[in-house]
Amino acid sequence: MRTGICHETFASEERLWPVAATRVWMLILAICLFSLPLWGGDYVLAMTCIVGIHIVATLGLNITTGNTGLISLSHGAFLGVGCYTVAWLAHRGVPFYVALPAAGLLTALIGVVVGLPSLRVKGVYLAIATLAAHFILTFVFREWDAVTGGVPGTTIPRASIGNFTFVGDRRNFYLIYGCAFLLAIAARNLARTYIGRAFVAVRDRDISAEILGVNLLQTKLQAFAIGAFYAGVAGGLLGYFYGAITPEYFVLTLSVFYLAAVIVGGLGTVLGSVLGAVFMTFVPEALRLAVNASSHWFPSVAALLLPMGQAVFGLLIIVFLVFEPHGLAAIWSRVRRVIHLWPFRT
Amino acid sequence: MSLRAEVEVPAVLQEPTQGLALAVEGVDLRFGGIRALRGVSFSAEPGKITAVIGPNGAGKTSVFNAISGFYRPAAGRITLGGEDITSMPIHARAKRGIARTFQNIALFHGLSVLENIKLGGHHTMRAGLLSAMVYSRSTRDEEVALRAEVERKVIDFLEIDHIRHLPVGVLPYGMQKRVELARALAMQPQVLLLDEPVAGMNREETEDMARFILDVQEEWGVTVLLVEHDMGMVMDISSKVVVLNFGEVIASGTPDVVRRHPEVIRAYLGTEGADPA
Repeated sequence: MRTGICHETFASEERLWPVAATRVWMLILAICLFSLPLWGGDYVLAMTCIVGIHIVATLGLNITTGNTGLISLSHGAFLGVGCYTVAWLAHRGVPFYVALPAAGLLTALIGVVVGLPSLRVKGVYLAIATLAAHFILTFVFREWDAVTGGVPGTTIPRASIGNFTFVGDRRNFYLIYGCAFLLAIAARNLARTYIGRAFVAVRDRDISAEILGVNLLQTKLQAFAIGAFYAGVAGGLLGYFYGAITPEYFVLTLSVFYLAAVIVGGLGTVLGSVLGAVFMTFVPEALRLAVNASSHWFPSVAALLLPMGQAVFGLLIIVFLVFEPHGLAAIWSRVRRVIHLWPFRT
Repeated sequence: MSLRAEVEVPAVLQEPTQGLALAVEGVDLRFGGIRALRGVSFSAEPGKITAVIGPNGAGKTSVFNAISGFYRPAAGRITLGGEDITSMPIHARAKRGIARTFQNIALFHGLSVLENIKLGGHHTMRAGLLSAMVYSRSTRDEEVALRAEVERKVIDFLEIDHIRHLPVGVLPYGMQKRVELARALAMQPQVLLLDEPVAGMNREETEDMARFILDVQEEWGVTVLLVEHDMGMVMDISSKVVVLNFGEVIASGTPDVVRRHPEVIRAYLGTEGADPA
C-alpha cells in the first residue's frame, strides 16, 4: 500500500512520471512492447501494428476533440491526406524520415483550413462542417488520379534506411511504435504545459479563457493542426505498412471509429487514446472470432452477426457516454486506486 | 462595523506597485433599440477600490463587459493608464493588465485548482509549440517558474494550499469564488474587475472575501473595480462608489456622499408616494 508522495521541489512534481514506481513500470512496459517482434506470433504482430497506427491517429483526435472540445468528423480523411502524401513523396525517392513529417505538416495545413469554421460554430454544427470537409477530401482521393491513383488506388514503396528495408510486420512494428511512442510522449508533454491547459480552457469556458489572454483563434487552429498532424503521420505509417492503398479505406466509418475510440478510451487523456484504440481495434476482431467459432454450429448466425460491427460501435459509444463518460482511462484509474490502497478499501 | 479596522497591514509589503487608472468616458452601448448604457463616464483611481452599484438591469455588468471587450461601445472610449483600449481584442487586454472574475463562476471544470490558477499566467508564457512537445529545458524552466510564482504569490496568499490538487467541481461555492480570484491574481493585474465577488455567500465567506480584496489592494497596489449588491461590504471597503440606474451614472463619490444622495435613495427605495411593493 502506498501511503503518500513527498516532493521537495516543484520541478520534481512537474515531471512526466513523478513517482519512481511509475517510471519502472513504464520501462518494463516499453521493454515488453519493443521485444514483441522477437516472441510474438504473426497474427498478434499484424494486429499490434494496426493498433499502433490507430493509437497515433487517436492521440491526434483526442487533442482536437478530447482536450479542446472541437468535434471533427474529418479525421479519417486526414489519414488519407497523410497516406497519399507519403505515397507521392516515396515514389519520388524521398526517405521515410522526411516523408512522414512532411505528410504530418501538409495534413496539419489542411487541418487548419478544415478547422476554420470552428471559430464561428461549435458542437453539432462544427461536426457537420467537418463532415463536409471529409466528403470533399474523399472526393479528391477518388478523382485526382495523378496523385492518388483514383479508385484503383496506388502503391507505396517500402520505407528504408540505408540497406535496411521496413518490409514485413516485424520491421514495420518498430517504425510504427517508434512514432507512436514519441508522439504519445509529445501529447503528454503538451498537456502539462500552458498550451495544453489553454486547450482544456477553451473546451470548458471559452469566454473566461479569452479573458485570461488565450487567443481563441490561434488555440483552436493549433488544436486542429496538431490533431491533423498526428492523423497525417498515422496515414503515412498506414501506407508504409500496407504498401498499397485505395480510397475505400478512408470512409466516414474510419472517422467515426476514431471518435468512438476517443470516447470509449477517455476524453482528454493520452492513456485514454491508447486504451481506446486498442479496445476499438479488438472489438470487431473479437466479434469476428466469435462468429467464426459459432458458424460451425450455427451457420446462419454468421450472416446475421457480420454486419453488426457498425451497430456494436454505435452501442459502445452510447453505453460509454451514459455509464462512463470518462472512458476506460477512468476505469483504469479506479482499478489503480484499489490496488494502491490494498488491503484497505476506499 | 468597519472591516478595514480588522485588517493587519503586514510588516513587509509584497512588491507594492501602483495599479493603473481605468477611465470610462461617455460610453454608449446599444442592443437593437435598447440603450443599455447612455454616456457612462467614471474613473477608477490607481490602487483604490471603486464600486459600481445600481438596481438590477442598471447596466453594471454591461460596463464590465465593455471594459473586458465582450461588447464594443457605440460611442465613447475606455482608457487604461491613458492608453485607449476600446477596440483592443479581448485576449490582448490580459497582457495590458486587466483581470476579471465572473458573476457566475467561470472556472474550468476539467482542470485542477492549481491548473486553473496557472492559466492566469498564460499571457506571460513564451514556449513554442515544438519546444512544449519535447518539454525542452526552457519550457520546463518556464513551467516550474510559473508554478513557484503561483504558489508563492497567490496560493499562500489566499490560503488555498490544501485544495490545490482537487478538481474545481468538488469545491463549495465560496471556495470556487476564491479560486477564481486566485486565477485573476495570477495574471498579475493592474486592474482587477470583480463581478459580484460575494454574491450568494454567507456572512463568514463574505468577510473572508472582503478581507482578501482589501489585502490585494493594500499589498499589491492593484486598482480594484467591483460590482456588488451587498451594500454593507461595498460601503465598508470602497473608497469611491459609482451608482448606475437605467444605464446612466446618477451619482458618484465617497460612500458617505453616495449614501445620502437623493437620486440614489430614489433609485433604491422608489419615489415618494410610489407603490411600496
